[in-house]
Amino acid sequence: MASTETTPVQDAGSVEAGLDALETTATGRPSLRQTLVNKILPPVIAVAVVLAAWTLLYPVVDNPTKLPSPAAVGSAFKEAWLQGELLGYIWTSVSRGLLGFAFALLIGTPLGLLVARVKFVRAAIGPILSGLQSLPSVAWVPPAVIWLGLNNSMMYAVILLGAVPSIANGLVSGVDQVPPLFLRAGRTLGATGVKGIWHITLPAALPGYVAGLKQGWAFSWRSLMAAEIIASFPDLGVGLGQLLENARTASDMAMVFEAILLILFVGIAIDLLIFSPLERWVLRSRGLMVKS
Amino acid sequence: MATTLAKADETVDFAARLQHVSKSFTGPGGQQLVLDDISIDVAPGEFVTLLGASGCGKSTLLNLVAGLDRPTTGSITTDGRPALMFQEHALFPWLTAGKNIELALKLRGVPKPLRRDKAEELLELVRLKGAHGKRVHELSGGMRQRVAMARALAQESNLLLMDEPFAALDAITRDVLHDELTRIWAETGLSVLFVTHNVREAVRLAQRVILLSSRPGRIAREWEVDIPQPRRIEDAPVAELSLEITEVLRGEIRRHGQH
Repeated sequence: MASTETTPVQDAGSVEAGLDALETTATGRPSLRQTLVNKILPPVIAVAVVLAAWTLLYPVVDNPTKLPSPAAVGSAFKEAWLQGELLGYIWTSVSRGLLGFAFALLIGTPLGLLVARVKFVRAAIGPILSGLQSLPSVAWVPPAVIWLGLNNSMMYAVILLGAVPSIANGLVSGVDQVPPLFLRAGRTLGATGVKGIWHITLPAALPGYVAGLKQGWAFSWRSLMAAEIIASFPDLGVGLGQLLENARTASDMAMVFEAILLILFVGIAIDLLIFSPLERWVLRSRGLMVKS
Repeated sequence: MATTLAKADETVDFAARLQHVSKSFTGPGGQQLVLDDISIDVAPGEFVTLLGASGCGKSTLLNLVAGLDRPTTGSITTDGRPALMFQEHALFPWLTAGKNIELALKLRGVPKPLRRDKAEELLELVRLKGAHGKRVHELSGGMRQRVAMARALAQESNLLLMDEPFAALDAITRDVLHDELTRIWAETGLSVLFVTHNVREAVRLAQRVILLSSRPGRIAREWEVDIPQPRRIEDAPVAELSLEITEVLRGEIRRHGQH
């Protein structure tokens, strides 16, 4: 019977403190210089390369109605800015897009929850919902025009039909991927019924949901541009899609480029300003983001 | 036939009472009996380990006691809703360590202004003072299990069910957590029902070891462990009793290879 003289309980505390220190690694945020070199410099270089290639290609094509010079596109931007119309174009489209997206959020979220949690609803509309994702939302423009006429509600309808399936499906796959262990742990803590959905299921499904939101925004923006191009009508106010369509009818290639670049930049900007930070925050706080 | 909670005005002399509990599942080969006629009383403040090889239905039994599933026949009565700790820490990664504990307090109805202090107190009890704001992924395996223990303790249940909670930890960490669990058990006066397949762990921790046979799970034998705490897993009396129990356990397992 070998018994040791040290008191195990006191011992445990100090051993534990040592283990904790050994097994915890400090993580810090990257420095400003690192961010500059790793995140900002590469895209800047890529844009510079594209501009250089464009400048070199311009004299080769030598046809401004097919390929305008970078300078011509620049002056198209400048002109629109000086006339005070540039922000107007952007705002018309962005406000439509974001408002439509907000509606899609309000409809898609409860719909996704219903499909995820109610077996009958899932069997009934689950396949249709994921099938709708692969239907290009441009297809909805003609019926929407017939049903609703040439007005803003037509635009919102097209955005909804494009974005709601993505948002709902994102939430469904998020809920499906919630580890059963979390649900069991939640139930033993007393999180059942609505409490279980609010405290366990929804937060656990957040990564899938945010991925769905991101895709939902991309679909909203695309649907809106399609609607604006096809259904341009002066009374609707000139958004970016109409700008593109107007440029085409005027055979103004510099303006066409201007419109395309604006559509691209706005799409990227919304993603960079809203959805990517949201996604990063969700993943980082759960330790799901691997630093490269 | 049911899992029931003892009524509040009833004075109970047990933390959990299992009477003739059986459980069968419908599988591909028809009805399959997993647990057969299990009767166990866990006294208030008692530390009981359930020991058994694979297929003895240990985890099924804990699920029944936790109220996550219902027995096919027999009855289970517990003094209040038991707390449950899993082999995986099961902490919610969208919450910090402290908020995990606070959620347990919230679901129990503790008013908001009290939660923060109570959570700090529990973290201190598992020697993780200052870890309130830590994310789950920032903690080591041992630290996570301690936070999970603090979260289970936050339920202020009289009965703590533990489903192989240290099985996934390295030997050094496990050893330290045994000391911690013994200390916390002594400090809080909790009843513990601890499931494991590790004989030494069972003897190291418990006042009573119950050996389950496999397929179906039946109570094979019981041992009182009257070795004084604090024990260490390498103490001679612990090793001696472990050897004896292991022999019986091996005999139980051997029966399955004979037909």
